[in-house]
Amino acid sequence: MPETLMADKAAFDVDKIRQDFPILSQTVRGKPLVYLDNAATTQKPHRVIERVRRFDAEEYGTVRRGAYRLCEHATQLFEEARQKVADLLGAGDKKEIVFTSGTTQAINLVAYSFGRRFVNAGDEIIISNIEHHANTVPWQVLCEERGARLKVIPVNDAGELILEEYEKLLSDKTRLVAVNHVSNALGTVNPIREITEKAHAAGARVLIDGAQSTPHMKIDVREIGCDFYTFSGHKMYAPSGIGGVFGKMELWQEMPPYVTGGDMIMTVTLEKTTYAPPPARFEAGTPAITQVIGLGEAIDYLNDIGMDNIARYEKSLLDYGTRLLSEIDGLRIIGTAHDKAALISFALDAAHPHDVVTLLDQDGIAVRGGHHCAQPTMARFGVPATSRASMAFYNKPEELDALAESIRKVIKLFS
Amino acid sequence: MSYDNELYQQVILDHNRKPRNFHEMDHATHQCHGVNPLCGDDITVYVDVDGASQTIRGVSFTGSGCAISKASTSLMTDFLKGKTLEEARVVFSEFHRMILGEFDPAKETNHLGKLKLFVGIREYPSRTKCASLAWHTLIGALDKKTEGVSTE
Repeated sequence: MPETLMADKAAFDVDKIRQDFPILSQTVRGKPLVYLDNAATTQKPHRVIERVRRFDAEEYGTVRRGAYRLCEHATQLFEEARQKVADLLGAGDKKEIVFTSGTTQAINLVAYSFGRRFVNAGDEIIISNIEHHANTVPWQVLCEERGARLKVIPVNDAGELILEEYEKLLSDKTRLVAVNHVSNALGTVNPIREITEKAHAAGARVLIDGAQSTPHMKIDVREIGCDFYTFSGHKMYAPSGIGGVFGKMELWQEMPPYVTGGDMIMTVTLEKTTYAPPPARFEAGTPAITQVIGLGEAIDYLNDIGMDNIARYEKSLLDYGTRLLSEIDGLRIIGTAHDKAALISFALDAAHPHDVVTLLDQDGIAVRGGHHCAQPTMARFGVPATSRASMAFYNKPEELDALAESIRKVIKLFS
Repeated sequence: MSYDNELYQQVILDHNRKPRNFHEMDHATHQCHGVNPLCGDDITVYVDVDGASQTIRGVSFTGSGCAISKASTSLMTDFLKGKTLEEARVVFSEFHRMILGEFDPAKETNHLGKLKLFVGIREYPSRTKCASLAWHTLIGALDKKTEGVSTE
């Protein structure tokens, strides 16, 4: 094991962290579970599991409506969680946080609502070649509906956005630039502050898909300057079915509702409805109350460990894993950006990713094989699919040793 | 070290490494293109049918995919030579139900022969389409589906 990693190990007690996650002590086919699909979804710490249980068992009630005790208490906890999200993202005002089911719904909300208000025929939206389908398809649909055009920032062979090309795409027709902070397929960390500055200089707004970044690094939306920033709870140790989007209040105020119904109104008569101010305007219906409480607890947990500590430890894991996998003949790492999150996508000469995944599973190792909902990224790198090992701060270097050993077995089996 | 599983057996690995009948067929009477859009498996199956006897004279294929899909297609092409169209459809039905876990060749009379090798796939529901793509494409060819077939 490299010395730097050992030094980090002393500062970051991963064995102690692992005890917080009940699922990590289980075995798969008689072997210890090695969970390396964290970019898909993350495991839950005991604290979150217990908080959700206790809320449902002892504190559950609807929010924002009733005047009785359970309701008022649940509403208070719910709004406290919104404040925790605002603090985590560096938002100035918790009213700028709108809860959704996750990043997919968050981007759909912005595409629909921002699109209806601000995008017209002849306008342009810019995405990149390495976006998740969730940050691709909503913009394609919007462009088709509004008669706008979708433009795409190309990437170099390392999987980094080519900023000179990006600058050429920007013009006074650009209404919005929508890119991810971290690519789910390659791990590339994009220079979103620079991307935002250039977009603003051209008069365009910016949405950052933060699904893959919020679990791994400190975020400050005011420092980034972006207009929207999305996240998914289940990728950051919280329950599934909850996520959201930060948006600048000046924009939220201008935007029409996405989903309509109860809770998002000011007054309703049979002739006309006036809408509630943000964020309620964008949160029709009873929200995912329990999940929001769980999200708040997950954020407390992350803050107790410290996002900077998490980022530092995961970087050492990435460096160690990259070195291990680079030493394997017949393995090619797809995505070699200078700035990367702890995620390694790879292709083997000998075996298809689906065979790799099935065989690694025999050793209790959970990785993802497929196109990662990023088919344009796969097409750019000339592969139908990749295998992807994505790490979290509860992973150990020894698990990456096990991964490398199992990959060598696959190669041997297929040779 | 080896894997303790009944899926990646030597025969399957061998057919993946050296697929049989892996070429186009100029004189094919039927052909079809099949894709599994979720994993990118992409094959074309060519069939040469003797019209008078309704017998398959030969089957070949081209394309790319995972080991399971390639081995399944390769074994299928070997297996079908000399079979009647009716026999081919019976085997398709048995094979399909076997990989879904609805038909156990160890307990029921069957016509699967070597194809029983793929019985282990019933333990891997996410991989059944890898094994069945070849057969769906074959049936697409026999049914003259010019638009091709997809597992989705």
